[in-house]
Amino acid sequence: MAKKRILIKGGRIIDPDGDFDQIGDILIEDGLISHRGDAQGSSADTVIEAKGKIVMPAMVDMHVHLREPGREDKETIASGTTAALRGGVTSVLAMPNTNPAIDSPEHIELLSQIIKKTAHIEVLICGTITKKREGLELSDITALKKKGALAITDDGSSVDDLELMRKAFQEAKKCGLLVICHSEDKKLSGDGAVNLGFTSTRLGLKGISKESEYKRVARDVELAKETGARIHIAHVSCKESIEIIARAKQQKIAVSAETAPHYFTLCDQAVLGFDTNMKMNPPLRGKEDLEAIKEGLRQGIIDAIASDHAPHASSEKDIEFDRAAFGVIGLETELAVAITELVEPGILSWLQLAKAVSYNPAKILGIDKGKLSVGSPAEIVVISPDQEWVVRKEAFLSKSKNSCFLEKKLKGQVIYTIHQGQVKWSL
Amino acid sequence: MRWKRKDLLDLESLSLQELEYILTTAASFKEVTGRQIKKVPALRGKTVVNLFYEPSTRTRVSFEVAAKRLSADVINIAAEVSSVKKGETLIDTGKNIEALKADIIVVRHSASGAAAMLARHLKANVINAGDGWHEHPTQALLDIFTLREKLGRIEGLKVSIIGDIAHSRVARSNIWGLTKMGAKVTLCAPLMLIPPGIEETGVKVTDDLDQALSEADAINVLRMQFERDEAGAFPKAWEYFKTFGITEERLQKAKKDIVVMHPGPINRGIEMSSEVADGVNSVILEQVTNGIAVRMAVLFLVAQAKNGKKANSN
Amino acid sequence: MEAKIILSSQEVRKAIQRLTHQILERDQSLKDLVLIGIQTRGVCLARRIQAAIKELKNQDMPLGVLDITFYRDDLTAIGSSPVVKETNIEFDLNDKRIVLIDDVLFTGRTIRAALDEIMDFGRPKTIELLVLIDRGHRQLPIRPDFVGKNIPTSLEESVEVKFQESDGSDEVTIINRQEDKR
Repeated sequence: MAKKRILIKGGRIIDPDGDFDQIGDILIEDGLISHRGDAQGSSADTVIEAKGKIVMPAMVDMHVHLREPGREDKETIASGTTAALRGGVTSVLAMPNTNPAIDSPEHIELLSQIIKKTAHIEVLICGTITKKREGLELSDITALKKKGALAITDDGSSVDDLELMRKAFQEAKKCGLLVICHSEDKKLSGDGAVNLGFTSTRLGLKGISKESEYKRVARDVELAKETGARIHIAHVSCKESIEIIARAKQQKIAVSAETAPHYFTLCDQAVLGFDTNMKMNPPLRGKEDLEAIKEGLRQGIIDAIASDHAPHASSEKDIEFDRAAFGVIGLETELAVAITELVEPGILSWLQLAKAVSYNPAKILGIDKGKLSVGSPAEIVVISPDQEWVVRKEAFLSKSKNSCFLEKKLKGQVIYTIHQGQVKWSL
Repeated sequence: MRWKRKDLLDLESLSLQELEYILTTAASFKEVTGRQIKKVPALRGKTVVNLFYEPSTRTRVSFEVAAKRLSADVINIAAEVSSVKKGETLIDTGKNIEALKADIIVVRHSASGAAAMLARHLKANVINAGDGWHEHPTQALLDIFTLREKLGRIEGLKVSIIGDIAHSRVARSNIWGLTKMGAKVTLCAPLMLIPPGIEETGVKVTDDLDQALSEADAINVLRMQFERDEAGAFPKAWEYFKTFGITEERLQKAKKDIVVMHPGPINRGIEMSSEVADGVNSVILEQVTNGIAVRMAVLFLVAQAKNGKKANSN
Repeated sequence: MEAKIILSSQEVRKAIQRLTHQILERDQSLKDLVLIGIQTRGVCLARRIQAAIKELKNQDMPLGVLDITFYRDDLTAIGSSPVVKETNIEFDLNDKRIVLIDDVLFTGRTIRAALDEIMDFGRPKTIELLVLIDRGHRQLPIRPDFVGKNIPTSLEESVEVKFQESDGSDEVTIINRQEDKR
């Protein structure tokens, strides 16, 4: 396939690698950024007029449930990666809680075949910590790494057995693999459905305490310190977790963390009215947690923003609240939500945003993405920063529609998504 | 004011005016229930479906009598004979009932939010007859109606709610209704049965029964549901009676004309002694009578909330 | 808004006097006579007639108050929730001579509802209908026994009866609602 030359003209270039924030041109040739700055006189097959637009690295979303293999009714790699393009995402880390779970080189092979055939963007592979994610027996972590897994996680549940988790950390350390921690002590969260507190009381629903999250964060941070393993705390939702992570970072423990757009946009009051699209795990927390998440992003304690894109069929959502599935989709809205909630009010600069959505997660996963320097792979998103749009159920490209941002007005529209030097999506 | 709500799902979202309006309408229906012919044609030709996913003879019968006194047709569906067990969702069941041209669906369900979910998906009027631990609005309305009838007012009254607050939809609805109408509410229970953050509604909390009784104009004693104690967190029944059971002896320290309410069915010898349940302060049977008037009012009001054109009268 | 006065305060009082005499003419004995007023203006009018009888005969006639809301045939069509008022009939209606009283007779539907409601209270011997104003446009086969004044109206017009007790003065006016809209 002959790669075309693309010229992105006159945009505001945001490159977190080197804190570059200037108006200029970017020339793309053979899938790479070949020139940055003034490209006057360069010829191109495609010219993108980017005056007044933001040009930044395409997003690297390190927490995405693509559901394939196993639940192709909810999402497939094809549909999920199409949705990703619309949202400005060109790399995703696919969570391994599929059916079968990605717990062996064979299952990685199976997944890789589907990715090769159907993915529209780069789908990165993550293995499980334990076989079938049962928390009983370790997966062959070294074999997973050899077969191409960039990380391991039992996301959806935590490994309760401390000894087993210690072994997993030791194994991961040995082969240099990242461990992504879903932090939840099921003994404490039980069959709760919403944040424990006045909201759970008002709704008459069982609560999920913050303790069930941050105590597990503390345990895993302690284990990381002890074993030297590199860990990443998934979907941080509460103030106490951030405090633990901040202390760990001060102690130079190899820990990074992510949060999801709903945690810096919504608080538990959004659940009043029993909208199951407001049900996710961890649950939406209190107002002070929401503020702490924003502050954690601002200070860089939380490294990354990831969608925790969790598609569910309407039959799993249009049921009684306590029986409804946890999780929301997010690939198509995350960038706009982050712009609306973080950049617009001045909590994050564009550079900080670019770090959180691309540069940092790329670094955590050890991939050469999230940059716009000359020679970098052309993974680029062009954003119209002032363009407003409303999230509509019908408009989603994802197979599932369980968004917590339905009918929300957002600012910032992705107008071009470039992957491997080609325009893969444009408005 | 005009009644605009298609459904009655909770008391939390009702305004003071709406609460007053229901109570005033209920008073008119109470007069009807005192007539020789206790029936009016207000809902003639309407179909009311009692959709009960939990067994509750009292509430179901009360709604049934109320609907019949409004001349509506009543269909009772109990969970065990519906298609619930075959895996039909609540929304599907609701839509099927609606397809039978039901006008009003009265729903009792063990899941909090079940009535709200039905209301969102159906055109029929939905009345919450108790959803999980969330709310039981008509029970609280009849409690408040009875209290106001007895004491002439709600504003400024001191009302203590005693028992398992955490798992009680009756408590929640009473808290919202009473506080909105200006009562001073105290909750009294073993602290493990007080739900988190409840003070934000403006209530006081205590685990000292004598304190809860000392200044109260009225007490509402909740049913202890020991069968719900999954976590083994409840005290034993005899233990509970010793600490929180209402006895004549304990009432001696309270106001002489304290009003004693209970939503029923009573566990005699657990929440209160038989002497108290049948005593002069008890209004438990009046609550049952008033329940019909209150439910007639609610059925009547929600049925009016569908829009239509104005007809000539006079 | 143009409100045309049809009956002045003095004329209202005269009409009530005449209506009272007419009731008495039918049966001087006053035996088994009861008055029932339909909420709200019908009740005012009933009380006036009760007082007039008292003055003439020095007898207190039983007076009942009827709210017909629950018996209306347009409940689901009106779209606004009606204000339910008190119904209070504290005497036995069986074998009584009832004079049913309302301010304005129009479609007849209110009277139909009132008749149904009364029947649920008992089995009176007779029911006679007394109205201050009959404005025509009947939709049901109902006719009054005693009429204060017949007033031909158009459907665009509305008739308003005011009483001292509820409105500060006695007066009947006619208002053209179409003009109102302009």
